[in-house]
Order: sequence, then C-alpha cells, then structure tokens
Amino acid sequence: MKKLHLNQDNIDACRLYATQITDDVQHFIYQHTTVAVERSVCRMLGIDGIDEFDVPIPNVMVDDVLKNGDLSLGISSYIASALEHLGISLDEFVKQYNLKKVKLCDYPLLTPTQIKKTLQPYLEKSLALIKKNKLEREKIIREFPVKKTEIYVIVATGNIYEDVIQAKSAAKAGADIIAVIRSTGQSLLDYVPYGITTEGFGGTYATQANFKIMRQALDEVSKEEHRYIKLVNYASGLCMPEIAVMAAFERLDILLNDSMYGIIFRDINMQRTFIDQYFSRLINAYAGIIINTGEDNYLTTSDAFSEAHTVLASQFINEEFAKRALLKEELMGLGHAFEIEPMIENSFLYEIAQAQMAREIFPNAPLKYMPPTKHINGNIFKAYMQNTMFNIATTLTGQSIHLLGMMTEAIHTPFMSDRFLAIENAKIIQTAMKDLGDEIDYKPNGIIQTRAQEVLLNAKTILKEIKENTLFHSLENGVFANVKRSFTGGKGLDGVIKKHVNYINVVQDAIKEELNEN
Amino acid sequence: MKIKPYGDTLNDGKVEISFTLPFEYGEVGIEAAKNIAKQMGLMDPQVVHAESIYEGFSFYVIYGAVPFSVDPEMIHIQEIKTPTFSREEIEDLIEKEFNRDLVFIGASTGTDAHTVGIDAIMNMKGFSGHYGLERYKHIKAYNLGSQVLNEEFVKQAKLLKADVLLVSQTVTQKDVHLKNLIELVELLEAEKIRDKVLLIAGGARISHELAKELGYDAGFGPKKYAEDVASFAVLELIRRKKEN
Repeated sequence: MKKLHLNQDNIDACRLYATQITDDVQHFIYQHTTVAVERSVCRMLGIDGIDEFDVPIPNVMVDDVLKNGDLSLGISSYIASALEHLGISLDEFVKQYNLKKVKLCDYPLLTPTQIKKTLQPYLEKSLALIKKNKLEREKIIREFPVKKTEIYVIVATGNIYEDVIQAKSAAKAGADIIAVIRSTGQSLLDYVPYGITTEGFGGTYATQANFKIMRQALDEVSKEEHRYIKLVNYASGLCMPEIAVMAAFERLDILLNDSMYGIIFRDINMQRTFIDQYFSRLINAYAGIIINTGEDNYLTTSDAFSEAHTVLASQFINEEFAKRALLKEELMGLGHAFEIEPMIENSFLYEIAQAQMAREIFPNAPLKYMPPTKHINGNIFKAYMQNTMFNIATTLTGQSIHLLGMMTEAIHTPFMSDRFLAIENAKIIQTAMKDLGDEIDYKPNGIIQTRAQEVLLNAKTILKEIKENTLFHSLENGVFANVKRSFTGGKGLDGVIKKHVNYINVVQDAIKEELNEN
Repeated sequence: MKIKPYGDTLNDGKVEISFTLPFEYGEVGIEAAKNIAKQMGLMDPQVVHAESIYEGFSFYVIYGAVPFSVDPEMIHIQEIKTPTFSREEIEDLIEKEFNRDLVFIGASTGTDAHTVGIDAIMNMKGFSGHYGLERYKHIKAYNLGSQVLNEEFVKQAKLLKADVLLVSQTVTQKDVHLKNLIELVELLEAEKIRDKVLLIAGGARISHELAKELGYDAGFGPKKYAEDVASFAVLELIRRKKEN
C-alpha cells in the first residue's frame, strides 16, 4: 500500500542511473575470472575434500593451474583435458591426483565442445541436486506458507553442535530464520575450511559439513513446528561463490551476499569482489537462495540520519547487480537498518519514513531490516526498549526479514535467554499491532512524507554523481560509509585474472542458459 | 563509610539477577535456581519469574539482598589523571606546543571486525555529539578500519610517522583480544619504536588499569570520546617533549 506518494520520476531516474552505473562494472566482470570463481567450478563438478596438509582440493587444483598452466583459459579446460587424456572418471582422477599419481596440466587441451561434453555428466549431477533442493524447499513452503514478517536470529557459539541446541531453542521459541555467524576473520581466508568444526572465535566456521548438520537439525524442528525454518550463512569475503555452491548443495535458504560489502568493510579488492559477487549470485539465482545485502553497515559506520540516502542508493545498485545475475525480485533481500540516534527529536518518524520508503520502492523484495546496534551500550534495559521501537517500525511498515536486536548487543554473543526474550518481544508487537499499519495513513506533506521524499531526492543526486564518476572511482572517493578503497588495493587482487579469448566456464554457461530460458 | 546495593532503602542490599538453567522448568528447577542464588550469597532470594525456554532449559529472574558491603575508600584504581579539554582547547594547545601536525593512526586490530569503537573516536562525525579526531585541526587522523593485522599496523605506523597509535578491541571471545593487544606491544618493541609512540587501547572491555598492565600508555573504556583521548595524548606528548 502506497502511503508516501513518492515522486515516481525520481524513482525511475534512480533505477536508470543504477543501470548505467552497473553497465560499466558488468563489462569489466565479463572480461575477468578469479581463483574463487574457478574453485567454485571445481566444486560444481563435484570436487571436494582436502589434501595431506588440509588444503581443499579445489585450491590445490586452481593453484596448480596458476603455476603450471594458464588459468585465464578456465579450470574447466584443464580438468576436461586431463579426464579425456587419461580416460578415467573425475572421482578416480581426484583420488589419483591427491596421491600425486597424475597431473592436471600436462595434456593437450580439448576444444570447447569437447570440454563441455566431457564435463557434462558431472555438472548435471550437481545441477540436479541443486534443483532437487530448490523443489523440496518450494514444496515445504507450499505446505507451510511463509509469514509476511519472518523472525531472524543469530547463533554464534563456535561449536556447531552447541549451535544446533541454540538454533533449535530459538526456532521453538518462534524464530523462522536462523543464521550461523561465521568465525571472526573467515571472510579473509582464501579457502573454505573443511569438515565439522567445534571451535571458533565469535562464531562458527562455515563449512559444508557444518551446513549439513544445521540443515538436518532445522528440518527436524520444521516438521515439529509446522513451519519451515530457514538457514542462513555468509557468501561474502574471499570465497563468495564457493560458499554459494556449498549452500546450494545443502539447501541453505538465505545468504548474506552484497555486491560491495567486502570492498568497503573488509578491504577486499574491488575488482575481485565484483567478479566474485556476480558468479555467486548466478548460483543463488539458480538455487533459489535469497540474498541479503549489507546496507545496514553504512549506518553503523557513518551517521544514520545524514547518510540515509546512501542506503537507498546502494539498494538500487545492489538491485541492478542482482538483475544482471538473473536473480528474481523475490530473492532480493535488500538491507537497511534502524540506527538513528534515538534521542534525536522524531527519530522514530525518520525510521518509519526510511522503512516505508524501502517497502514502497522495492515492493516485491524480501527486505532485510536490521536492529539498532550503534546506540546500544550495555544498558540492557534501554536496549530492550530500543528493540521494541524497532519491532514496532518493522510491523508498521511490513518488513520481510526481521533480524531481532539483542539487549546484550556489544556485550557478548547472545545467551539462550537473550534470544528468547527478543523473540517474545517481537511476537508481542507482531500480535498486538498486527493490522495497525493498514489503519494508518501518513499526513500529507508531514514529517514522514517529507523525509522520505528528501532521502529519495538525495539518493538520486548521489547516484547521478556515481554514474558520472563511475562506481570504481566513487568507491575510491569513499562514497559509501566514508570508506575509501583503491582499485588496486585490498586483499585478493592477485586472484583476479583477465580471461583469454578461449576461456571457458562450463558451470556459468549452463546456469545462464537455463536461467535465461525460464 | 561502607555501602551496599540500594533498592529503595539504605542498606537493603537489593539486587536483581537472571539466568538460565539447563534443566526442565518446574518446582525442582525453581528450587535449584533459588539454591544457586543462596550460594551466591543472596539473602532471602525470591524467584519472581520462571519459565521454560526450551526442552530442558528454564529461565529465572530473582531478587534478593546481599549481606556484605564495601568501603569505597579502600578501593584504589588507576585513573587517567589528565584533564579533558575541548576540541578548540586541544587544537590551540597543539598549535602552541608543536610546530607541526600530530599524526594519530587507529585500527580495530587482529580478527576483530567491529569498527564501532575506533569510528566513534576517529570519524569526522564522532559519536553522540562528540566530533571525532578527523575533524580536529592539527591532527592528522588515519583510520585503518577493522581486521588490521598487527604487522600491517606497525608498518603503517612507521610509514606515516605516527605519534599516537589507537587500538580498538570490541567483541571478544575466549580472551583473544588480550593476546592480540600483547602481541602488538611485542612487535613494537622488536621494531624498536615502542618508546617513540604513544600506545593507547580502547574498547568496551578495556580499562586504564588493564591497558597499563598490558604495556600500553593508557586505556579508554565506555563513555570516553575523542576529546578524552586527544587531551591525554597531547598532554602526554608535551610532557615527553619537555622531558627530552
């Protein structure tokens, strides 16, 4: 329902600028690949496991091609050529390769048609698994329809088995979505750890084995609760597309997957991030995984009142990058947050304006709304009250993915009781104020409408500037969160490779073909 | 003078606590919770709220009174003794005492991904109406962001000829922040620049006393702003300049 009477011309202009901004970057993306993309190709072909030094086999292979071959041709070429020449299956090849009995780069390279034909059976197996997972999710959701606003909480014990207890207790208390926070610093690892893990710092390592354990646990609760409990992890950092592949294999439902977060907040090289986000989003599109973008972070770093328009501008850019990766609107969980200093007069009205504006501009997106964190300081009683205000804003404006605030924010990773109390708070507000939003119209040209129009106009202005300067230069100038990042700075640049004219990526070709057909 | 927690009457000793037990909700659970409170030393503990929060887990809110008291005069803590000046006073002081800009570099180091603390002190906008160091005249402030490795931090300190190093540690689990803070001191000593810089730690769990113990010049905890940090740093740099 439209309540703000936003200027449609301004919205259209923002979308046009966003298209022009991404054109430029997308052109760059098409010309490049990265080590993470190539490792994801390995995983999509079914290559997994670790070597004697615990290095994941996809890393071993990609490093091998970097050293002894030419990765700009794509790892698909090398794997297919080795299989064809040796006349063995991929499983057998990986086994012998790990024992150092066969090499990867020693054979004449096949033609693109031959490569595709050789790898097809392996790729089809993975694609079939992902499709099966997607259908299964759709089937469960048909049975237990998704609520308008879903409650999202985080678990973060470091031990996947302890996480399971925390997650199940949260789900039983009413949570619909469980995110397992990653161990601090995992985003900067240029590989994905392997196997079940029981130790981490500030979170639990994202591994495929851990995904499987948590998925199974949540499926059990889903059956008992007659609700589908969604599972979230993080396709961000230096392994965006690899995490996306693992999530697709293990039927995760949501991935944190921003087009620029790594650049701005993790100092990951911008070339690397843009290329990686594209491939990861293609996989998410194929797997039906909802992405969550990280605009909330702009507001924890800069002022939430004066920088509100950068959130909207970034949402437009994230939306456009998502479209390029063939994600449907229903999978675009654009992010924003309730972070204005509460003691600013009418701060709550400005929060309503921002949240309602996002709802109206992106009507089909499962918007991800983040709780207050910046102005929470250890006074758990005050924090509980701030979270109540946040919950009211969520309900009034019909946000989709409702990440609950914890009263112990900035003290420790949540206790079981912190989460329980937060869910109780949200449920009371959701119940007591269920239809309040439908009953309210905002005063014409009042504080809320005026604020929303202003933020939209400022977003248009900044998007125009970004278009004129290019996104690369704008990031260099610190357009988001006042953080400046250079084109050639940051982590992971050495993993960026310009594609050879004969480059081939059988996974990308197959996924794009199928997504474009639908 | 001895003091006790205050509910509504002097010396009533009233406190509130809450916790979860890994035990089914019920009469036994409530009694167990009360027993825990008694062992904590609470007199007449009352379980005012109890409920099941998951199979095998129950949550309690308890009120009680403590029998003991403390004498504040017997407590000695290390406090930062320098006064806190306003931004303008700090700017004037630098102008008067130094004929150059002072260089502050800051980061959330190690694996810590939180920038809230360092941003509050350094960013132009600052926090809660207190402008950050970037806004100060005569201070060149470099905020290196989060997850900066100690090696990189030391490298930048040398490169930028930093006068003051600000290290922020926000969220901590299993005391990883202490190890990280100590490692930085060791690195600076190995590079022989520890005595050439002012080294300051900050964060929600940091106190001046703890920072001193770890080999830092000062530590700033909650409710400290850019002007607190800048006042200490500038006065200390002046003191050191006069010593030499």
